[in-house]
Amino acid sequence: MRQAARNGFPEAGFAPGPLAAPSRRGFLKAIGAGAGALVIGAHLPMPALAAEAAAKTVGPADPRPHAFIIIAPDNTVTVLAKHLDKGQGIVTGIATIAAEELDADWSQVRGAFAPADAKLYANHFFGIQGTGGSTAIANSWDELRMAGAAARAMLVAAAAARWTVPAGEVTVSKGVVRHAASNRSLTFGELAEEAAKLPVPQQVKLKDPKDYVLIGKPDLHRLDHVSKTNGTAIFAMDIRRPDQVTAVLARSPRFGGTVKSVDDAAARKVPGVIEVVSLPVGVAVIARNTWAAMKGREALTVTWDDVNSEMRGTDAMLADYRKLADQPGAAAAGKGDADKAFAEAAARGGHVVEGDFVFPYLAHAPMEPLNAVVALNPEGGCTIWAGSQFQGVEQMVAAHILGCKPEQVKIETQWAGGSFGRRATTNADYIAEAVMVAKAYPKAPVHLVWTREDDIKGGRYRPLFLHRIKAAVDDKGALVAWKQRIVGQSFMAGTPFEAAMVKNGVDATMVEGASDMAYAVPNLAVDAHTVASPVTTLWWRSVGHTHTAYSKEVMIDRLAKAAGKDPVAFRLEMLKDHPRLAGVLKLAAEKAGWGQPMPQGKGRGVAVHESFNSYVAHVADVTVDAKGQVKVDRVVVAIDCGQVINPDIVKSQMEGGTGWGIGHALRGEITMTDGMVDQANFDSFLPMRMSDMPVVEVHIMPSSERPTGAGEPGVPTAAPAVANAIFSVTGQPQQTLPFSRGGIVS
Amino acid sequence: MIRINVNGEDRQVDVPEDMPLLWVLRDELNMTGTKFGCGVAQCGACTVHVDGTPTRACQTPVGMLGPDSKVTTIEGVTGKAAQAVQAAWQKLDVVQCGYCQSGQIMSAVALLTDNQNPTDQDIDAAMDGNVCRCATYVRIRAAIKDAAQTMRA
Repeated sequence: MRQAARNGFPEAGFAPGPLAAPSRRGFLKAIGAGAGALVIGAHLPMPALAAEAAAKTVGPADPRPHAFIIIAPDNTVTVLAKHLDKGQGIVTGIATIAAEELDADWSQVRGAFAPADAKLYANHFFGIQGTGGSTAIANSWDELRMAGAAARAMLVAAAAARWTVPAGEVTVSKGVVRHAASNRSLTFGELAEEAAKLPVPQQVKLKDPKDYVLIGKPDLHRLDHVSKTNGTAIFAMDIRRPDQVTAVLARSPRFGGTVKSVDDAAARKVPGVIEVVSLPVGVAVIARNTWAAMKGREALTVTWDDVNSEMRGTDAMLADYRKLADQPGAAAAGKGDADKAFAEAAARGGHVVEGDFVFPYLAHAPMEPLNAVVALNPEGGCTIWAGSQFQGVEQMVAAHILGCKPEQVKIETQWAGGSFGRRATTNADYIAEAVMVAKAYPKAPVHLVWTREDDIKGGRYRPLFLHRIKAAVDDKGALVAWKQRIVGQSFMAGTPFEAAMVKNGVDATMVEGASDMAYAVPNLAVDAHTVASPVTTLWWRSVGHTHTAYSKEVMIDRLAKAAGKDPVAFRLEMLKDHPRLAGVLKLAAEKAGWGQPMPQGKGRGVAVHESFNSYVAHVADVTVDAKGQVKVDRVVVAIDCGQVINPDIVKSQMEGGTGWGIGHALRGEITMTDGMVDQANFDSFLPMRMSDMPVVEVHIMPSSERPTGAGEPGVPTAAPAVANAIFSVTGQPQQTLPFSRGGIVS
Repeated sequence: MIRINVNGEDRQVDVPEDMPLLWVLRDELNMTGTKFGCGVAQCGACTVHVDGTPTRACQTPVGMLGPDSKVTTIEGVTGKAAQAVQAAWQKLDVVQCGYCQSGQIMSAVALLTDNQNPTDQDIDAAMDGNVCRCATYVRIRAAIKDAAQTMRA
């Protein structure tokens, strides 16, 4: 399945080394079924830190602090984030980690995006520079603490030298370096130049968490909260280079289609249109401004070759999926004998529950439509301005297109107007398009812009999935067997990531959250069918957990009902070996008032799940009115993501993840008729709006465990908690998404 | 040449009359605080004020603006409501990706200019046209209430 090639992209001439050869570095290991999608390895880059005590000396202090922290003579401290901030607050979080060990004053701290540099800035979990899988904090935790501590030690040494006092007598607090005995002090800025000349210490001492003044504090503001409220924050869409031109691309309306013929005569007559060029990925209209480019594209007549196109509609695809689900798939998990257990349960007073779950294609639709500016560099290579999420891939793909070295591809990462996974592609799709247009039109910097219609119709969707589940409780109400079959597309197959992500015919990202079932069950069988289609698909905020957590948690409520048990008590019985899951479940239930009787027409539902090494439970309250219409009233969330860097940002990610999960469950779907996408914009791919949003209350489990992530883990349990709340009122399990398909939301 | 008044300044632009105000602002006047989100008045990211009324710039052909129309964008919005709204947004750290927030703020400023004690229903009605894919709605609602309180004080 070479969908990338079929859509006209060059086969990226690279394989990310560590991913293709997981043993190259000691800390990487191939993903096992069930681990987080992009959490390729759970080991640390520096083994010395694996069994880290609260405060200890570690070393050597490498990477060099100046790769991450710039202390300027004007007394600013700029922390370079190698990760993309697409709203999740990572620039603030990373800066906080460094500033804590540095003992900087928060008011002097700035954030900036690191350049693309495969050596300095690789994500230790991926082996290439990139952001995803809620790894940014976990990936930065040791690195930025060490960088901060090393920089602090250098400032102390510089002050001690200037004052000719022992370094042990020098203290640092809130950005001021002090010698108490002689009542002298200096700012970081005053010491910056001298400190920079000193050797980087080989041993640094990290703080005891009890001494933290920034980490874990609730009142630290985001570094981007002013620029994003007065219109000054710059996104790629706002980049304006001298003589810059704008390009839009006519792409095949069907997935897999290619250009057969083009009549561009009318397009060339549109005022402002400069050039029209045919590329393997479509027909580019280059113009003086965006409006002219869009008008020019409307005036094009393109005939498409559909010989390799997807011609089915989504109903036909789903019918094919159902047929496949009758046959065994490739095994993803197995223990015991589920079929025997079903027979026993049925014969001895237990209950067997079955259900098919349908999950539609979903677009990411980040608010900032995809775009990138590319300028060819006079010395070779190019410079890319983009909300760049996979710098490592983009450098290699751009180099392949231009015939230059990856390091000749400079990337100026910008604030990204959302991503939800969309910007992290295995073939650098929209950036590759921009580079191709720039290569074809080398006279000026090119801004390639997708319209919203391009985005909604353009694919890279969360795949369409069918789950078939059969499960049983015995006569005592204990879960005895679980059999689950998952049918859908793999977005890893046919990409450079396949070797690491697809094992024994199973893409780990399809079955994560199902094959690693946390609930105690003696008989478990999970298998998968991978289907091929030219429809392009991709990870979508929380990846496989978007569907696996849903089907699991909705089935658990059906089983609890069959067993006559309370949904929370039933879950807790099965989570004795999972204290962190049980912990968030109890916390959310307690804060939500679980167990209190609900008034007529109101329901309460729960769901709990682990994803990306974080643990989240949701309790949702709904109202079902006399017409059967559902409104989500209130949601309580509990999260355990280890040591929290910025609690307010974790809360905001839970609020946002909750909205993301519920919003798409209400009305979100991409459908196709005869291979053509039915939706076009936000009037048909219906986003969650203000009036849909429930009250959200977030509770964070105190923890001194290593920090994990919060960007994605807030999503998986939101929708099933709502579904279970509806189930508690109507007795109807919600197994086909979105809910609007069942007519229960308007 | 078309003459328009943006943030109190008269500007001349050499564009076709059907060019939406959005692209005049962004591509001709280099005022990029007003965002392109959908192009069909479904997301509100391009919200500006035309004579004080919240207006989707993507569906406003520049030639349809009256000769005396005053356009206000995020770069130029001022006054009691604007100050209260921006301060509340910053106090509550509303933003995530931030791309929709210029439009959210312009809609909120218009709401609070007319109504300094909005109910939840008033907020829904005024803000439902502004999409936030990060779902910062909880904080937008709280920030509007916070700003309203500031204005009433």
